[in-house]
Amino acid sequence: MNTILSLRPEHSAAIPPSVSIGAPANPAARHMAWVATGGAIALAASLPWWGESSWMREFVEIACYLIFAMMWNLLAGYGGMVSIGQQAFFGIGGYAMLALGNLAGVNPFIAVPLGAIAAGVIAVPVSWVAFRLQGGYFAIGTWVIAEVFRLSFANLSVVGGGSGTSLTALRGISKATREGITYWTALACVVASIALVYLFLRSKRGLALLAIRDSEVAAESQGIDVRGMKLAVYVVAAIGAALAGALYFLGNLRISPDAAFSVNWTAFAIFMVVIGGIGRIEGPIVGAIMFWTLNKLFSDYGTWYLLGLGLMAIIVTIFFKQGLWGWAQQRYGWTLFPTQRRLGK
Amino acid sequence: MVETLLQGVLLGSLYALFALGLSLMFGVMRLTNVAHGDLVVLGAFAAIAIATVLPWHPLAIGAALLVPGFGFGYALQRYLLNGTLGKDPLPSMVVTFGLSIVIQNALLQLFSADPRSLDAGALGIDSVQIGAGIALGTLPLLILIISLACTAALQLLFDRTALGRAFRAVSDDREIAELMGLDASKIYALATAIACALITLAGVLQGMRTTVSPSDGPLLLLFAFEAVIIGGMGSFWGTFVGALILGVVQQIGFHFDPGWGIWFGHLVFLAVLVVRPRGLFPRTH
Repeated sequence: MNTILSLRPEHSAAIPPSVSIGAPANPAARHMAWVATGGAIALAASLPWWGESSWMREFVEIACYLIFAMMWNLLAGYGGMVSIGQQAFFGIGGYAMLALGNLAGVNPFIAVPLGAIAAGVIAVPVSWVAFRLQGGYFAIGTWVIAEVFRLSFANLSVVGGGSGTSLTALRGISKATREGITYWTALACVVASIALVYLFLRSKRGLALLAIRDSEVAAESQGIDVRGMKLAVYVVAAIGAALAGALYFLGNLRISPDAAFSVNWTAFAIFMVVIGGIGRIEGPIVGAIMFWTLNKLFSDYGTWYLLGLGLMAIIVTIFFKQGLWGWAQQRYGWTLFPTQRRLGK
Repeated sequence: MVETLLQGVLLGSLYALFALGLSLMFGVMRLTNVAHGDLVVLGAFAAIAIATVLPWHPLAIGAALLVPGFGFGYALQRYLLNGTLGKDPLPSMVVTFGLSIVIQNALLQLFSADPRSLDAGALGIDSVQIGAGIALGTLPLLILIISLACTAALQLLFDRTALGRAFRAVSDDREIAELMGLDASKIYALATAIACALITLAGVLQGMRTTVSPSDGPLLLLFAFEAVIIGGMGSFWGTFVGALILGVVQQIGFHFDPGWGIWFGHLVFLAVLVVRPRGLFPRTH
């Protein structure tokens, strides 16, 4: 790279190259994309009037997988913090929503974002411990922290101890109303999460984050506050994971420590992100849809199904380092959410 | 109280056997093996499967399994894990995580979810009377001796032998070590082979001392990891002492409430992490 640049003096530092985001600007195509996105959201929002209630339940489930995987992707793929402990925040989100609803009398639908914010607050002191470790040891350390939360909630009798409890705050609301509002909440959470991650990555802070991922030392020497950035990403990822958890248990109506803090949540998120392609927004979306489809088709096979998922994660990691979507993107030049920056002439 | 402490030391010595392999693999190639605990369980189930066919004592089965364990580790590193190593810790973690899921579910399919154990015969029941009314099991004492011997042997291997020097060289700087004529991929494979032999031994002893079930792996990984971090990286004796501390702390927790032992162990681990992030006995080269 250096040799090529030195051979071409017109690229010297005197003429700063302009930086543009994403694909070459094509106003008409971009306009179409926005209209299509808006139309798809409007169509999705009207589902309760024409769809079946099972579709709404399925959507809520996919939404939880998707948001959780997207936040894991933000943390690991962009922040460089590979965690096996994000189920800690998934569970905290679920329990906070349930406690606010059952014990404090807050409307459970409003308790969903409140539970997510609670997890964000808890993430700050948790980061003081977790950030003592790096790389692979950070991953296992976060897992220990998640286990501490699981065992602690299992000893809290006010939320049912080890056997868990039910979301009684929704009693008295008709099933149709409950399912409809849960569905809209899920849709709003998905749209908000995708928009948040997309805008964040296109912002100046997003660029700083990519610089940190590529080299912490170099980023720091350019004046980027590496510690502050990492903390911000950790907290945002915790809020997102908790949002997924609160949503999941709002749809599920029953929570237990083993379900809420199961390492499987993070295992599935890793699977989705790796299959779809890490470090790109489309990755978790493609991964979540594939995971949901595989789940529908093969989950009856139980252990064989899980064994297959494990094998698939190994094979994709070794042979498709960019994930399946990344592989297709490279091969065919597709992109849905342009966040990469190109040097212009 | 004295008995609780002694039981904790005996429990910790088994954890030390789990932790040595993890410490070795991380030390030599910065590889975090998420399937570590599942490999311990796999070792135990291999011995259980053999015990149903051959009328051997579990210790003899354990000794016989050392060679296949070593070979398995060598092949695992050489043909699967070496390709995932690099600056980014993610590929190796995803592959070992995938391996963990594969092992758990394969064992579940083959052996069902029931806890099983290896019948150690008289060795499992005998105890040694020491002092006023305190009796310690013969098997846990034997595990303590095996664990001490393995720690000493591994530390000697690392500090005094040509292979140990090669381990330290590739750990410090892989590229320079390769320029000096070392084949890093083979050295990594030998490190994982030794780790897997230790893992197999640990699994067999775990199966003799208590029960194993296919889903036990992750918890054993966390114990091994906590022991390594409490002890401080870079020294096997540090790992050994870290494991003893973890064992004692858990035993104290169990003493107060059976549900609190593991929780208490986790909390002490996190406290060490906050107060002494480099562990209690760090040793850097």
